[in-house]
Amino acid sequence: MPKAHVYKRDHINTDEIIPARYLTTDDEQELAKHCMEDLDSEFVKKVSRNDVIVAGEDFGCGSSREHAVWAIRGAKVQTVIAKTFARIFYRNAINCGFYIIESKDALEKINDGDEIEIDIEKALIKNKTTGVDIAFEPLPTFALEIINDGGLLNHITKKL
Amino acid sequence: MAMTITEKILAKAAGLDSVKPGQLIDANIDVVMCHDVTTPPAISMLQKKGIDKVFDPEKIIVTPDHFQPAKDIQSAELHKRLDKWAVKHEIKHYYKLGKAGVCHALLPEQGHIRPGEVIVGGDSHTCTYGAFGAFSTGVGSTDLAATIATGQLWFKVPPTIKIILNGKLAKGVYSKDVILDVIARIGTDGALYKAMEFTGSTLANLSMESRMTITNMVIEAGAKNGIIELDKVTKKYLKEHLAENKKDYTVFESDPDAVYESIEEFDCSKLEPIVALPHLPSGGVPIGQCEGIEMEQAYIGSCTNGRIEDLRIVAKILDGKQVAIRTIIVPVTPTVWKQSHDEGLFDTFYAAGCVISAPTCGACLGGFMGILAAGENCVSTTNRNFIGRMGHPESKVYLASPATAAASAIEGKLTDPRKYL
Repeated sequence: MPKAHVYKRDHINTDEIIPARYLTTDDEQELAKHCMEDLDSEFVKKVSRNDVIVAGEDFGCGSSREHAVWAIRGAKVQTVIAKTFARIFYRNAINCGFYIIESKDALEKINDGDEIEIDIEKALIKNKTTGVDIAFEPLPTFALEIINDGGLLNHITKKL
Repeated sequence: MAMTITEKILAKAAGLDSVKPGQLIDANIDVVMCHDVTTPPAISMLQKKGIDKVFDPEKIIVTPDHFQPAKDIQSAELHKRLDKWAVKHEIKHYYKLGKAGVCHALLPEQGHIRPGEVIVGGDSHTCTYGAFGAFSTGVGSTDLAATIATGQLWFKVPPTIKIILNGKLAKGVYSKDVILDVIARIGTDGALYKAMEFTGSTLANLSMESRMTITNMVIEAGAKNGIIELDKVTKKYLKEHLAENKKDYTVFESDPDAVYESIEEFDCSKLEPIVALPHLPSGGVPIGQCEGIEMEQAYIGSCTNGRIEDLRIVAKILDGKQVAIRTIIVPVTPTVWKQSHDEGLFDTFYAAGCVISAPTCGACLGGFMGILAAGENCVSTTNRNFIGRMGHPESKVYLASPATAAASAIEGKLTDPRKYL
């Protein structure tokens, strides 16, 4: 069962998610080895397939580096749940076809290590450890269209 | 319908009579900025999709800057990928090593930024160009790839916050102090998804270089773009920098009854030198509250504050003095490098014990040319002081003006620059 990695922090920035010293590659698996390194050096050891990251306001602020999304996706993280996302990170996630969840309540209702199931169709985060369901606002239609096409480039290829 | 300058530019770019905040548009892009970190992945994406084309080789500006000259084998490979692509697609404005500079200083200097246009770049500080009355914003590699191929990009029209800057800056206070103060008040995400429109009497006395320092840092408040309307200072700069065949441009101004999400007013006449304490750019406090904190390094450079005006201020303060800590000076472009050399600034820097680098983003983002060890402090004229930004996660970055950085270099601790002016 996927677990939550909870960071009770606002403004978790792209320098923490993937430090610039690793930006000499765009290989997702290489980037994944350093995912969240300057925030939590143990993260890559703890994370398992389909786990989720839970955080506060303004997740992904800072640089435009899409490497931040690639590092998280490369680490097999299913989604990031944050109170809000920084603008460029939000765009990058959608453009990569990576579903992210904005939720004001999740940080208070999920503890580190809780077992989590995400139901995108019903827009529910199910905390299996506490039995609490947390509803979230689904991404807007235009973003879903891009995600359903598998990212922006597939989306525009249809138009070309 | 009354519109702000940002709304008017986006309406024109989308081929619409008007737009309003929240509206989704497809905008035609006038200029695309490409550098060595985010463009090679964009190129690879396009090649993988079999759409290896560029919408207009004259509208794509390429300059390696982050890790140039190549700092290691991997960055050399990034430069090679960028170079092969730029040559293959006959990119007209491709600035190779020797001509290359820190992108956000290079593009205006070389006349690629015009008012009323829409500019995107694969770099978050692309918002810098808004100083010229343009809409300009940073994007990631996928957006960049889409723009390179199609010349279009989707946007959600942002609501605008009007920032009124009143009063003349006191001696020893600069535009860097203004923007650090603004960010300290509105917060690191105070302008998230929004436009920041700057106006007010303070701007009239600021050069284009100083104004670019302000718009450069709007991303540190979360903004989509920062923008300043044209005046005679802008027009003079454009006259000097735009090529003969590019001197035409469209001037947009906000309507008097345009709708703003909020209006924030600042009395800049009383402003003191500001230092943003670690680890957020919103950590700004007056120098009096942090004076004396010991530093191991001073870094003067970056797209925020590495232009000729900045280096002149630094040289004035360092003239005849010795620096007490490692001090790294990074002129942002080859032109600024040459100007600094010709004006004798390098002699001052050399005599004071500084080291002078080639133009590069360098240590600003923890690339190279001045990386910090664990526990070290650096006073820096750059734009971010996040954890690990300039090196070890246990190092600390204090953001300040070039004057504050220079004065602090002399004393080896955070120092009020006004005593050296």
